[in-house]
Amino acid sequence: MAEHAHLEVDGLTKRFGGLVAVKSMTLNVRAGEILGLIGPNGSGKSTVMKLIMGIERPDAGSVRINGTEVAGWPSHKIARLGAGIVFQHSRPLHRQTVLENIKLALLPDKLTRLLADPQTDERARAIAARVGLSGVLDRRPATLPFADLRKIEIAKAIARNPQVLLIDEPFAGLTSTETAAFSDLICELRDDGRAVLLVDHNVKSVARLVDRVLAMYVGERIAEGTADEVMRNETVRRVYLGGSIETAARPESSFRDRTTPFLEVTDLNVQYGKAQALQNVSIHIHAGEFVSVVGLNGAGKTTLFNAISGLLPYLGDIRREGTSLRGQTAATIARNGIVQCSEGRNLFTDMTVRENLDLGGQHLPAAESAEQIAWLFELFPILRERQKQAAGTLSGGEQQMLTIARALMMKPKLLILDEPTLGLAPVVLEQISKALERLRQTTDITVLLGEQNVTFALPHADRVYVLEHARVVWEGAPVAFAAEMGTGYL
Amino acid sequence: MRSASTTRVLLIALAVVIVVSFLPLGVSGYILGLLTIAYYFGVFAMAWDLLFGFAGEVNFGPTFLIGTGAYTAGILDNLYQPPIWLCVAAGALAAVAGGVVLALPALRVRGPYFGLTTLVAVLILQNYVVVDAPLTGGEIGLTIPDVITISDAANYEIALWFMAVSGAVLFALSRSPVGLILQASGQDAVQAGALGFNVTKHKLAAFIISAFFSGLAGALMAFYLSSASVGTFIDITVGVQIIIAAVIGGRRTILGAVLGAIFLIAMSELLRPLGDLSNFVVFAMALVVVLLFPGGFFGLLTRSKEHG
Repeated sequence: MAEHAHLEVDGLTKRFGGLVAVKSMTLNVRAGEILGLIGPNGSGKSTVMKLIMGIERPDAGSVRINGTEVAGWPSHKIARLGAGIVFQHSRPLHRQTVLENIKLALLPDKLTRLLADPQTDERARAIAARVGLSGVLDRRPATLPFADLRKIEIAKAIARNPQVLLIDEPFAGLTSTETAAFSDLICELRDDGRAVLLVDHNVKSVARLVDRVLAMYVGERIAEGTADEVMRNETVRRVYLGGSIETAARPESSFRDRTTPFLEVTDLNVQYGKAQALQNVSIHIHAGEFVSVVGLNGAGKTTLFNAISGLLPYLGDIRREGTSLRGQTAATIARNGIVQCSEGRNLFTDMTVRENLDLGGQHLPAAESAEQIAWLFELFPILRERQKQAAGTLSGGEQQMLTIARALMMKPKLLILDEPTLGLAPVVLEQISKALERLRQTTDITVLLGEQNVTFALPHADRVYVLEHARVVWEGAPVAFAAEMGTGYL
Repeated sequence: MRSASTTRVLLIALAVVIVVSFLPLGVSGYILGLLTIAYYFGVFAMAWDLLFGFAGEVNFGPTFLIGTGAYTAGILDNLYQPPIWLCVAAGALAAVAGGVVLALPALRVRGPYFGLTTLVAVLILQNYVVVDAPLTGGEIGLTIPDVITISDAANYEIALWFMAVSGAVLFALSRSPVGLILQASGQDAVQAGALGFNVTKHKLAAFIISAFFSGLAGALMAFYLSSASVGTFIDITVGVQIIIAAVIGGRRTILGAVLGAIFLIAMSELLRPLGDLSNFVVFAMALVVVLLFPGGFFGLLTRSKEHG
């Protein structure tokens, strides 16, 4: 068997309806090697992993594990042949302890085994020690930090001693120390002679770890080689890197409602228990203006937006066209035209794209609704193609576009976008960015955008606020941002 | 926060059963009769909890399995009068066979469709019983010529110890490695499959076990009542009562289902003076329990123990 690569994938193809998610994919991972499979959101990399593991059935192509053809097998058989997967989201058994969760993975697939093998306990403890869970064996998963939950997933995956190990976004949500510890663990697993396939968004996050990298884009392989080679590859650069920052800010004096801005937030204070989430925050937005609120995670952006939308109790004043919003319910505020696209997207995943849009336009007369949809399809052409597809089957970027489009169906006066770029690859950002630009140029809509990603937030903005630790620390034009704040923030 | 060990829970339960087994010395035959029914209901509810609480499948048709067991046993006794134990065994086997026929296609569909399939199965069985009246007794019900015993106390003890043994088996199973795999399959079938477990096989096994105990209990209860009717064994409301018993007793606990069953039977008896209103009140109370104590009675019991 030594002449075989542990994992050989050849001509693998998967279609979802009319969408070809994976197109004739070919890859090999040898024993003792780490291959990084990278690609922007929606490139099909997670689907490749599911096809290898038998979670999805391939439409064509071959998957060989140690020389055995497994394409089309159910996943439990593929698992028993020696493949393991670490899912991106941990879903442990919550009523069981960490130790029991690991033991689960050690159990044989037999109905007759009513008592666990006495060695199971010992082996589970050994695995826990290896991944660094010894201290929390008797705790329930719900009481553990995120990094430990990831460790449980790894522990379960290696319990069966898989020769081929698939890991989905190994470092998502981990701090740099945790990432280092995880990297060491993954290297150890490779040094045991396993074939490891890492799936991630970009090369940088896995460059230190991988022996080879394969880059995917819309279902196809675009480059393969060492991390350096792939990073230098022209196609990869084009897919990943957007244009340089150009700003097109309109001066504040150009807006007609200079004395009474469309929305005026004065001395806003919000407490979560003992924590001060917002402290004396004052911002204003003119009708037709595009304002970006830039700040890192936890700075208070979402809190600010939720207060404006009437979802939170607050001290201070929020006025729309001179009238206080205090006392109005969230539903009234939204109906009157302040519409928020929250971070979580909140789409109806089982409904089609079209149905989601129709739902957003419920209150409009039919003709107006149809007109609005036609306009949105021009703004987001991809949604026209996908209109009969269930929203849940869209890629992350397409879902984000649908979320924005659905909000626009409500014909908002003020559109609040909370982190629309969260988890999206650069190429998708560019598409959304273009749509926002068209929106700004062709309509008189007012936009309040909250972002961590400065390259995304600046180009469209007329004005920028920087939120840091619950306070507004800077306000000004985007051109000034780079000079005054840029070095500190970027 | 460790849950009480399996052996300890079983020992406590055994102690309770032994104490309760002395009840015939002190209470009337009428109350014994009620408890006998409650115990059979307890087995129905425990068998249901194995499927829902562990395998994660909502079976809206527990009465399909129970009814198949009861009617098979009853009809067999009516036609050929074999030994009663043979009728009961045949009832249990028929329920298993019916369960497999139902589960094989039903487990292929996902989510709410499994539940709907089981619901439809109940309607089909109910209609069959009504239509094939010469064999089944139809709407009037089936009279079963034989009884196991006419002694209230003996019937009570049979039901009690049958429930105790069923409960011990189901509870031990739920805490065994197989129970753990079942829970994993119920919570996340994709991940369970990726860990090498054949999810369909395990769920099918859970269905078969659930069917076996449901059919056995149904057959025994039919011989106790010496009759079988759609209203007592098959009707959707009976199924709903079983589900309520399991849920208010504490889902995913197996043993809690018995508490729920006794509560339901006792309540509808205590509230009998209210007439038609009694069912309304019982269901309203069940709703309150479900909303305020999602852990059910058993959850309340074990929680107070953990704090104390």
